[in-house]
This record gives sequence, structure tokens and C-alpha cells, in this order.
Amino acid sequence: MTSAKTVESGVAVRVRQLRKSFGSQVVLDGVDLDVHPGEIFVLMGPSGSGKSVLLRHLIGLETADSGEILLNDTRIEDEGVRDRFRLAMVFQSGGLLNSLTVGENVGLYLSEHRLKPAVEIERIVQEKLALVHLGPKDSLKYPSELSGGMKKRVAIARALVMEPQVVLYDEPTSELDPLVAVTVGREIVRANAMTRATTLVVTHDRDLAFGIANRIAFLSEGRIVAVGTPEVIRASQDPLVHRFLSADFTRD
Amino acid sequence: MLVLFGATLRALPRIFRYRRNLAEQLFEIGNASLFMACVLSLFIGGVLSLQAGPLLTQRGLGSLLGGLVGASLAKELGPVMMSILIAGRIGSAMAAELGSMRVYQEIDALRTLNIDPVEYLVLPRVVAISVALPCLLVFSLLIGCAGGAFVAAFNADVAVSAAAFFNNLKTTLEPRDIIHGLIKTFLFAVTVGVVCCNQGLDTMGGPRGIGRSVTKAVVNSIVFILVLDYVITRMLLPFTKASMAGGF
Ligand SMILES: Nc1ncnc2c1ncn2[C@@H]1O[C@H](COP(=O)(O)OP(=O)(O)OP(=O)(O)O)[C@@H](O)[C@H]1O
Ligand SMILES: [Mg+2]
Repeated sequence: MTSAKTVESGVAVRVRQLRKSFGSQVVLDGVDLDVHPGEIFVLMGPSGSGKSVLLRHLIGLETADSGEILLNDTRIEDEGVRDRFRLAMVFQSGGLLNSLTVGENVGLYLSEHRLKPAVEIERIVQEKLALVHLGPKDSLKYPSELSGGMKKRVAIARALVMEPQVVLYDEPTSELDPLVAVTVGREIVRANAMTRATTLVVTHDRDLAFGIANRIAFLSEGRIVAVGTPEVIRASQDPLVHRFLSADFTRD
Repeated sequence: MLVLFGATLRALPRIFRYRRNLAEQLFEIGNASLFMACVLSLFIGGVLSLQAGPLLTQRGLGSLLGGLVGASLAKELGPVMMSILIAGRIGSAMAAELGSMRVYQEIDALRTLNIDPVEYLVLPRVVAISVALPCLLVFSLLIGCAGGAFVAAFNADVAVSAAAFFNNLKTTLEPRDIIHGLIKTFLFAVTVGVVCCNQGLDTMGGPRGIGRSVTKAVVNSIVFILVLDYVITRMLLPFTKASMAGGF
């Protein structure tokens, strides 16, 4: 599934010396990160290392104590960033609105911002749902009637409707069976190839990471400890990366 | 909370865009509270007659009962009881719904879609409750007076005919008494809406946090209602007939 791609125009995401503490607990301790335009960048790291917190900073749900995040050369807290750059996030739990149907969820961005007439929205919704292998029948269901994997696919469709320049995925394959996980991984690659959106994926899933990434980074104790192409990471001498990649049930 | 109130106020001109959400909320409120309001009002009206009726009748003042029951309902018991009912029935549901949306990241998701949760979620709820509660007061007043008249006519210790009851009611209860009640009710409604939505949005700490939020939302609402009740009554006093100057 790995696809070495040439980078065209797109949005670069740069994180500079980002720090964040919750109370006395330091979660991000000077994170530096460069995500190239259009690439699939995978962020791995132990549970609790601050991966989700980092994503939440990128999408603007948290404010850093210090440091900065740049989209191309614009700081994300600058006025009007949200108009110039479209960022989308796929939450670990999907984050679908339970009071709306699947179709309404997917079309929410367009309908709330009055970007398209209703008929057009319906067409786009069906088109995006089809991309994640969901049909018109599914669009009438409510999120509570979906399996975990379907929710995640709906969440991906909802993100794609924004035609984002940057997409963030938080653990897209956790809680999924291996077959659905592979499907979701393929969707991520396909969406990336189609939209050329800069894609940042947080995951523990080694197969997914090495299957889809152009580059991989490791976050540990609030800092990036390794960055590189899958080959570089596989050969990394960093003890954490080595332990993380070689952990298996049959060996001690 | 004041922040949320301000934000809601600022979003108010855009309520027309959210008419679908608003209609949904109104339907929800009517559906959930009409029957309860009916039962509650009937018995409050009844018990007022039962308490005051014998006292007045013994002193030969039975003919004043209608006005007493009507004014109590319109100015005091109706607004307070209906607001408390709504806080318990609707406010709690709002806090629970927004709380679970918070906990399950639906609110975060809205924000990533560039949708303001205050406009999308809070505004329709606060407006709906502010429209519905005054309507409920009028409804409650009608039912409550009927309950009062019923007890007045059929309780042997009261023995005031329904005709006498309503006659006195008509001559005593003035439009401004009802407006007094409506103003109160409206302010209570806004308070309940803002307090409960605020509590819901502030939910932290998983499913258990939702329970905590709901309890706090309802308790805070009731405290606010009762404190505000005094303050508003005091402020409206100069505009009532029986006004006397000065003091608390
Ligand atoms: N809102 C918050 N308030 C206080 N602490 C928080 C908050 N959000 C996250 N944390 C803390 O920050 C740390 C990092 O959390 P985060 O969710 O980013 O971990 P993660 O790397 O995504 O882990 P996982 O792989 O298990 O999802 C945790 O120790 C968590 O307790
Ligand atoms: Mg996480």
C-alpha cells in the first residue's frame, strides 16, 4: 500500500517548541514537527504520551502554553485562518452527532454553512458515503444503529465533505477487526491520493503505520524522539522505537 | 455563565436560521411538560382554595376567594412552580444531552466543522424555553383557576359557587398582574435555559460527570429561580397597585 508520492502544492504543517501542561502534569514538552504538504504522516507513541493532545492543538481545540503551530506560514491562532485553511479531524470515537442521521451528519458542514442547495448536498453526501462503501440505505440510519467500523467510515466521509487541505485521524483503526482496519487504511490512502490533503494519522497499529505512511514519527514523554521514512524508523536505534516495534506476545 | 448568556444574546439575530432546531425543541418541551403542568396546576389551584377558602368563608369574605387564588397563581405560584417543573423536566434533559455531547466529543466535532456550539445547540434551547414557559404559565393559570373553582364549589367548608368565584376573579385580576407573572416567567425561563446549557457544556469526567452536571443544573436552577423571584418581585413592586414606598 505504500506509495511514494511527489508532493504538489498543499499545506505544510509545522509545529515549533509546543508546550502544554494540565495542572502540574507536563504533556507536551517542546514538540517540533514538520509535516510536508500532501504526505501521509503517522504519529506513534505509547499510550498517554500526548498524541491526542497534540492533534487537538492542531485543530484548535486546545491552546498551547507556548510554542507555535504554522499552516504554511500562517500561525493557527491568527485571524481568519479557518477561512483560508480547511482542517478536518476524524475522532477516535467518530464524534458523530447522535441526534442526526448518517446523511445529515455527513452533510452537516455544507448545510450549516449554507454552501450548497439541498439537492446538491444530498448528491455530495451520497458520493462521499460511496467512497467509504456506504450506500443510500445507510444514510438514513442513526449513529446508534451503526457498528464501530461504520461510525469511523461515516466520520471519514464527513471529514471529506469539507474538502480539507489537512486531515487529522485519531486512532482510525482502534476497535476495528483486521479486515475493516485494512479497509479504513485503504480509505485513508485513497482519500489522500484523491484530495492531496496533508494527512496526519495517530495510531498504535504498526501494520497500519508501515502500510500507509510516507513518514513516521515517535512521540514519547512529550517530545518527538524519532522521525523518518518507514525504512529509517524500522532501522532506528532508539530504544523506545525498537521496543515498540519488536514487542510481541511470544518474546520477552 | 454570564459569558454563555452574552454569547447567546449575540447569536440571537441568527435564530431564524435555526428554526428547525427551535421547532424541535418547542415540540419536545410541550410534549414533555403539558400533562405535568396540567396536573400540577389543577392541584395547586385546588389547594389554594382549600387553604384560604375556609378562613375567608368563616369571616364572611368567601366572595374574595377567586381573586386571591387567581392573583396568587398569576404572580407567584404559577411562575415559580412552572419554572421549577421545567427546570426538572426540560433543564435536566438539556444538561444531560449537552453533557453527553461534550463527553462523547460531539461538541468538539462541531467545532472542527466550524459550527459554533452556542449558536447550534444553546441558542435554540434557550429561545424555545423562553417562548414555551410563558405560554405554559397562561395555560397553568386557566387550569389552576378551574381547580380552585372546583374545590371552592364542592368543598363544604368553602362553599363558594363557581359563578361567584369567577366573578371576583374577573374584577380583581388585572392585565398587569398577568404581565407581572409573564415577565417573571420569562426571566426564569432564560435563567433555567442558560444555567442548564452552561452546566451541560461544562461537563467533565465521563459518564459520571453527566450525572453530576444534571444534578447541579437542576439545583442551581431552582436556587436561581427562588432568589430571582424575590428580586424581581421587589423590582416590580412599584408597578403594582398595592405598592408602598421604601424598605426591602
Ligand atoms: N483535558 C485534559 N485535562 C487533563 N489532563 C489531560 C487532558 N487531556 C489529556 N490529558 C492528559 O494528557 C496525557 C496525554 O493524553 P493523550 O490523550 O494525548 O494520550 P495519547 O497519546 O493520545 O494516548 P492514547 O494512545 O492512549 O490515546 C494523559 O496523561 C492525559 O491524562
Ligand atoms: Mg489518544
